[in-house]
Parts: sequence; structure tokens; C-alpha cells
Amino acid sequence: MKSVVCVKQVPDSAAKVIVEDGQATWGDAPLVLNPWDEYAVETALKQQEAHGGDVIVLSMGDESSKEALKHSLAMGCNEAILISDPAMKGSDSLVTSQVLSAAIKKVGDVEMAFFGRQAIDGDVGVTAAQTARFLGWPAFTLVSTISELDPDTKIVRVERSIEEGRQIVEGKMPAVISVVKDIGEPRYPSFMGIRKASRANIPTWTLGDLGIDTPEPAVSWSDLENPPQREITTEIISGDSPEVIADTLADKIMEEKVL
Amino acid sequence: MAGKVWVYLDHFKGEVHASIWEVMGAGQMLADQLGSSLTGVVVGSQVKAIAEMAFHYGADEVFLADSPVLEDYRGEPYADIVSKLAKENNPAVILFPTTTRGRELAAMCAVDLNTGVLPDVIALETEDGSVLATRPVYAGKVLAKVKCTKMPQLITLRVRSFVKPEADPSRVGTPTQVEVLVNEESIPTKVVGYKQAEGGASLTDANVIVSGGRGVSNNPRLTPPDGLDEKEVEIWRAHEGFKMIEGLAEVLGGAVGASRAAVDAGYIPYERQVGQTGKVVTPDLYIACGISGAIQHLAGMRTSKVIVAINKDAEAPIFKLARFGVVGDLYDIIPPLTEALRKRLGK
Repeated sequence: MKSVVCVKQVPDSAAKVIVEDGQATWGDAPLVLNPWDEYAVETALKQQEAHGGDVIVLSMGDESSKEALKHSLAMGCNEAILISDPAMKGSDSLVTSQVLSAAIKKVGDVEMAFFGRQAIDGDVGVTAAQTARFLGWPAFTLVSTISELDPDTKIVRVERSIEEGRQIVEGKMPAVISVVKDIGEPRYPSFMGIRKASRANIPTWTLGDLGIDTPEPAVSWSDLENPPQREITTEIISGDSPEVIADTLADKIMEEKVL
Repeated sequence: MAGKVWVYLDHFKGEVHASIWEVMGAGQMLADQLGSSLTGVVVGSQVKAIAEMAFHYGADEVFLADSPVLEDYRGEPYADIVSKLAKENNPAVILFPTTTRGRELAAMCAVDLNTGVLPDVIALETEDGSVLATRPVYAGKVLAKVKCTKMPQLITLRVRSFVKPEADPSRVGTPTQVEVLVNEESIPTKVVGYKQAEGGASLTDANVIVSGGRGVSNNPRLTPPDGLDEKEVEIWRAHEGFKMIEGLAEVLGGAVGASRAAVDAGYIPYERQVGQTGKVVTPDLYIACGISGAIQHLAGMRTSKVIVAINKDAEAPIFKLARFGVVGDLYDIIPPLTEALRKRLGK
């Protein structure tokens, strides 16, 4: 079974991101493989262990995104492809999904495409569903458990995490799956994996390679702002005993009229 | 007149999601500013009651696609219906709540309608006849003002971020029935069933959240049962700690949350995690117990209205966001606090 994982490189979740001169900056915080995508890579590798075949990791971005691809290779993916083109600057989710779906078609014979639930920079969280829609494949989003995935019968059965609990859904491959954290802890890159990844040859595909003309984003970013500072005076509550403290705190909470 | 403002009325098997009336309120505000009118869109099985309620909440017209085949939400057929309706009627804006369904549906419709989607928006304004939306990025560390430059503008609104209007039962109307052309054979997925969520009330909908961190497993006064190994003792202690947290949440009618550290340590299921790689929440009251406040956690709860922090470490970053703080042991404070609030709330 051939599968694809789509990943993104993002600033580390511990980064202090602030806006300077209208641009988001994160100082010297490292760029990393999007944490949600690590779960997607893990899921693809688990399925590979069960059913064989290759796992190909794709990322859209500039040359620096090769680091996210190398991390995925070090975890165990077989091949990595960077999709990079100056004309993709300012891409919105629609362009991203259009490009990824074209790349998945170009890889050829792909039976499953895995995604993380969202990237922690833009927090958009629609790429998996949109890529599935472009491909005309069923979308299984926010999957917490894969109960069945059978390359022979082509049956996919998953549990999706929804507000009301879990929805159990079934459909046929080829399909798109986006995963949430419950799917299982991602593995660490192995020493051998890191060595292999450092020597890997990562090809770059351009929009021309994918047969896409200059894309037209439908979302424009007009402004970035730092969130307003919260004007908070913290009142530290103390007292002679926990009971006294608890009573005072209970009164204060009641006064806020939020209950 | 400008194109209409549509609101997709999300529900779970006929049970409306609490946030949809907030979205109707926001839709009304946009319709007024754009000199337009408000349309509700209901897709499901036996959901006429929702369509009728939409009139009470300001809808001037309501489209109703009602068929047994639509009983369970599935992205593909729902998107087929909403996209087809939009192509026939050319709305200017379609609003959805940022539920799992709303976000997915908006995503799919955007592909069908070749337009952009702005998910998880917290504020709306109009500019030159179109909508400018504010959405948190980098888990709320930055706010972005964004615009969808094509029509319709698809926007999902963050739950609990817009004011729910009063219902006016005297406003009534008749929903416009939409012919449902999808049939079961044409739908690529089947819903097999449902399972209960672990650990109670949904975090994103909760008015009150009481969260525990790694510190919940440190109660020195507990004696674990015999025959457990070290990790089992830790988990046992953590479960005892979370029972206490649950007790307080129950008195307040709230939900239980957790820090990533507590989830990663296996104390509580991932569904409970608040933070950048968990859920982003906006309750009226957030009580953080034994949570120091890593930047990833703060990103997930910083917009809570009133934050209370209980922590042994006076230097913990969580106190910087807290309206009220107690420097102390959560095991000392939570039991009497639970009792004190129980009394005041008459429970």
C-alpha cells in the first residue's frame, strides 16, 4: 500500500511569537515539524508496518522546509518531496490543497493520504478536508482510532473525535485521514534514521511540474496584531487556614457574577 | 441590495449546537451593516423544528433540506447540498459555527465554490461591502485580520465568542423545502455508530472549566493500595487528584480540563487537554489547579473571562493571567473551596 503524509514546518510551540513591523516573528526559536503532523507520520508508519508499501512525505514551503521532511525521513518515511515555487507565496488553504492534491496524483497509485489535524502556525485546519474534496476521495477528519484499514478489501473504518463523543465511520480507499493526538504517540527518529535522512536526496517539485498555473489565493491577510494586553490585577488571597482562604475565594468568585 | 448573509445551523442528530444562535446574532449584525438579509440553512433528518426556531432568532428565510438519508452528518453529502444551494442563490457570506462539522463543511464548500474559508473567527466587521474577520493564529499569540476576496465569503465563528441574541417567538415563517437529490448509494461513507465522550462535558462549550496539572498526583496524605508498582501508584494518585477536580467542576456545572503534562503522563484522556496542541477554550471561569502555565497552556485558555490559579509556586507564570491566586497546596484548598461554593450556589 502506497501512502502519502503531508507535513508542514512551523515555529516551535514554545516560541514567543510577536508582531514586529506587521510581520510575525519568533526570535531564535527553532522551526520544527508541526507537532500534529508527527502523529500523521506515526500513523502512516504504523499502517506500513501492518501492510507494507512505501510512505512518501510531502511538504509545501521554501528550502528550509526540508528540515521537516528530514525529520519525517528520520522517523522512517521512505521518500520525501518538497513542493516549492516562488509563485506559491501567500498561498491560502485552497491553493495549498489544490497543490497537494496535484502532487498526490503525480506520486501515483496513492491509496491513503495522512494529515495532522492542523498546523500550529495558521491554525486553519481545513487542508485535509479540502485536499480530499479536490481528489474526490472520502475525508475522514479528526480520527482518533483506525479500527480497520485493509488494502485488499479497501475498507477503512475509523473513529472520529467530535464534540458529542466519537463517530464511527466506514468508507473505501483511496481516502484522506487527518489524525488527532489519541491516535498514538509519535516515535523518535532513530540514530540510523537520522543518518539516512541527512544523506537523503530530496527532490523539489515546482508548480510547473504539477501542471498548475499561477494560483489565485482567495484569502488576503490585511493586518497582523499583537493581542491586546489583558489589564489584570492579580489578587493573591491569603488567610490563617485553608478554610478561611476558601471562603474568601468563594466570595470573590461569586462577586464576579460568572456562575 | 447586497448578497444575503447565510448561517449554517449545525446540529447533532437534530440536537442544535449551543453556538448556532450566537452565529445567527453575528449574521444579523452583518446583514444590517451590509443592508442585506439573513438566511438560515438547515440540513438533516426531521429537523424542521430547527428551521422554525431560526425565524425566532432573526432569519428572514430558511432553507430546509430534510431527508432520512441526511440523518447523520457526513461531510460529502452535506457539502453537496450546501454548495448547490449557494451556487443557485449566490449569497455574499456563509457563516458556520467552528464545530468539527462546521469547519469541515466550510472547507469542502470552499472547494466546490472556488472561494476562501476563514476558520475560527473571533470578531467581524464590514469594509466596503464585504466582511473583514479577525482570527487568532499561533494559538492566539497573534491576531490576524483577514478577508476572503471571492464570493461567497465562508467564515466559521469560534464558539462562545459572539453574543447570543434573545429569541423572539412572535417572529415566525415557513421554511423553504429544498429537494434532496443525494441518495445513500452516492455517498462514499457510512456512519456505523457513536461512542460516548470520555470524561464528561465538552470543553469548548463549557461555561466553567476546572483544570488539573501534573501536580494532581502529589497528595502526600494519600496511602495507595498495596501491590501497585511505582507507575501504577502515580496513576492511582493522579486519579484521586482528578476526582477532587471533578468534584469542584460538578458543583460549578463545569467541565474538567488538564495540562499537556497531565495528559502525557497518562493521568487523563487527551480529549481533556487545554492548550496549543489541545483545545482552545473561552469559558467565563477557568480554575487552574497545580498548573504552572507553560506558554502552550496559556495559549489555550488566555481569553477566559475570569482566571483563578491555585499553585504552590508563587512564581508560576499562571499567576500573571489570574484575577485571583492562591499560593498553596491544591489538596488543602480545593475541598473547602468546593464546599464553600456548594453552599453559596445552594447545591
